[in-house]
Amino acid sequence: MADMAASGQTPEVLFWVGCAGSFDQRAQKVTRSFVKILNHLNIKFAVLGKEESCTGDPAKRAGNEFVFQMLALQNIEVLNGYSVKKIVTTCPHCFNILKNEYPSLGGNYEVLHHSTFLQQLIDAGKIKITDTTTFKGKKITYHDSCYLGRANEVYEAPRKVLEELDAELIEMKSCRTKGLCCGAGGAQMFKEDEKGNKRINIERVEQALETNAQIVASACPFCNTMLTDGVKTKDKLNVKVFDIAELLAAGQGLETVDLQ
Amino acid sequence: MITILQIVLFTVLCGVAGFLAFKGYRRVYRNIMLGMKANYSDNPSQRLNNMLLVALGQKKMFKNVIPAILHVFIYVGFVITQIELIEIFIDGFTGSHRIIYHAVENIPFLKGFYVFTISFIEVASLFVLFATLAFLTRRWILKVPRLNKPELKGWPIKDATIILLAELYLLTCIFSMNAGDMALHNSEYGFLVSGWLVPLFSGMSNTTIYIVEKLGWWGHMIGVLAFLVYLPYSKHLHILLAFPNTYFGRLTPKGYIANMPEITKEIKSMMNPEPAPATDTPVEAIKFGARDVFDLTWKNLLDAYTCTECGRCSAACPANLTGKKLSPRKIMMDTRDRLEDVGRSIEANNGIWKEDGKSLIENGYISVEELRACTTCNACVEECPVMISPLEIIVQLRRNLVMEESNAPNEWQGMFANMENNGAPWQFSQQDRLNWEKA
Repeated sequence: MADMAASGQTPEVLFWVGCAGSFDQRAQKVTRSFVKILNHLNIKFAVLGKEESCTGDPAKRAGNEFVFQMLALQNIEVLNGYSVKKIVTTCPHCFNILKNEYPSLGGNYEVLHHSTFLQQLIDAGKIKITDTTTFKGKKITYHDSCYLGRANEVYEAPRKVLEELDAELIEMKSCRTKGLCCGAGGAQMFKEDEKGNKRINIERVEQALETNAQIVASACPFCNTMLTDGVKTKDKLNVKVFDIAELLAAGQGLETVDLQ
Repeated sequence: MITILQIVLFTVLCGVAGFLAFKGYRRVYRNIMLGMKANYSDNPSQRLNNMLLVALGQKKMFKNVIPAILHVFIYVGFVITQIELIEIFIDGFTGSHRIIYHAVENIPFLKGFYVFTISFIEVASLFVLFATLAFLTRRWILKVPRLNKPELKGWPIKDATIILLAELYLLTCIFSMNAGDMALHNSEYGFLVSGWLVPLFSGMSNTTIYIVEKLGWWGHMIGVLAFLVYLPYSKHLHILLAFPNTYFGRLTPKGYIANMPEITKEIKSMMNPEPAPATDTPVEAIKFGARDVFDLTWKNLLDAYTCTECGRCSAACPANLTGKKLSPRKIMMDTRDRLEDVGRSIEANNGIWKEDGKSLIENGYISVEELRACTTCNACVEECPVMISPLEIIVQLRRNLVMEESNAPNEWQGMFANMENNGAPWQFSQQDRLNWEKA
């Protein structure tokens, strides 16, 4: 972003990478897939890079409003400094907090989750699926992220993205408004579980496995981690967890996904 | 003479019940108003719309079709039987008998309408009977899991059963009253369902039938008054509070958790220290989050009184599903129990609140372990048929634990430190934010 601003350019959209997308090895791959799609379609985008900080979501949900607002106000200063108008992010937690909780702190932007952003590109006829073999005959089940679904009522966009692929989309027994959490939200990602008789991600993965899908699609880096862990715990090595961006990039021949 | 005695007795009963009920409802109102101020005067038309759809129209109940239909039977039956109550009250205060019927008996159209109305009430009552028996079966024989959770042990399950048995009692009264009346008057009224019951009285003397009819009439009336008095002490209060609670329900996306403006002020002065004006309220005087019911908003407390303990929230809660202690229903029940305890203490101290050294956190109410188990997934909020938010209370209590007491698990303490120091929940350098570029 700094480079673009220095050369007097204005990006169409700012890609908010998020902490997971920046640092988590699995989520980094999603970041790269999404960027491949953006580049492939010649979309002029920018990232904040070293100027991006955590949005403050886990602190806020854990109850630490101080840390949240410190980060939020810093981020808003940076975003407003670059006169950012439109943001896209691959993380539903960043999406929710940027869209809903930044405005009253002075950060007013059009914020899109990448599922909606990709759906808009599909609707505009810009996405061309070239790989018609990888997904042929495969079953995909989509896991609703709480912060995308219930929190912001984005249920159809990620499904629209998956419908582009030549695969069968199957729903789990809890989906859309009834979607079961992966167990990571509310800063649970960053601590041990409280005492119980099962991990939440195991419960959810069991629902996913019931569908006999080979691919579990997620649209959230934290869901992705939880589901991947769950599938491993269940020893289902033939079931793979992918982000919708990775799958769509593969459909366009920009990426290869290992389904073995 | 008897008539005058009846009128006096009726009036006294109504007066006593009215007084007791007034005290009960005023108590609930006072308790709710112990909460913090919050403004819900925005978007009245959207709010009205929510109330009509969700409370009156039961929209959210229909996610679960079978209980929704059974619930509608009781709900519609309850509302419709109130029509017959109008005549019961006029008769009671004037000593008359079926005053409306006798006023219209010579006008065929109106008489027909009267008979139709009472017959309609009777049919609705049959549906109520069916639904009540189905609910008792669900609770006691099928043992539907959400109706048999540990937080319902003791009073809550009794309360639920009392209400269902009271329904059966009221139905018995309505049918004894109407069928007795039919039997005494050669079925001249022509009520549908009680007409079928008339043969049951064959062989009984007119006096016996008269007593049955009167027992039904008085029993029904006393039952209704008792219900009115009982309601503010029961989870069944939802039949009234569902309306204001949906009206004042949240209109923002479920993912939105309100920011704390008092903290924005603090941080802005930290980020921009030059003016450093002396603030009117030192930080120490502000209490962050909620420790007790007084720190929650009146809407949170209205939520607590509106909860009818159906448990749809807890049945959908991922933490509860996987055996954690958290149950969103218990959050609401504990909030109400604490509020009731506070209310009783205020009454015992002549209307003044004296600190009792307790709070809503721990002390047998909501434990820290429960609060920490929440994933903020909003499943409970989504499920609630009357737009209650257990999540709002959980977040407010978490804020108090974390910001007032630094009571957070070690991993969270580390996460906060990382976020402050390097702008990420993990210990990565902000300088490495572009490392994703290197495949």
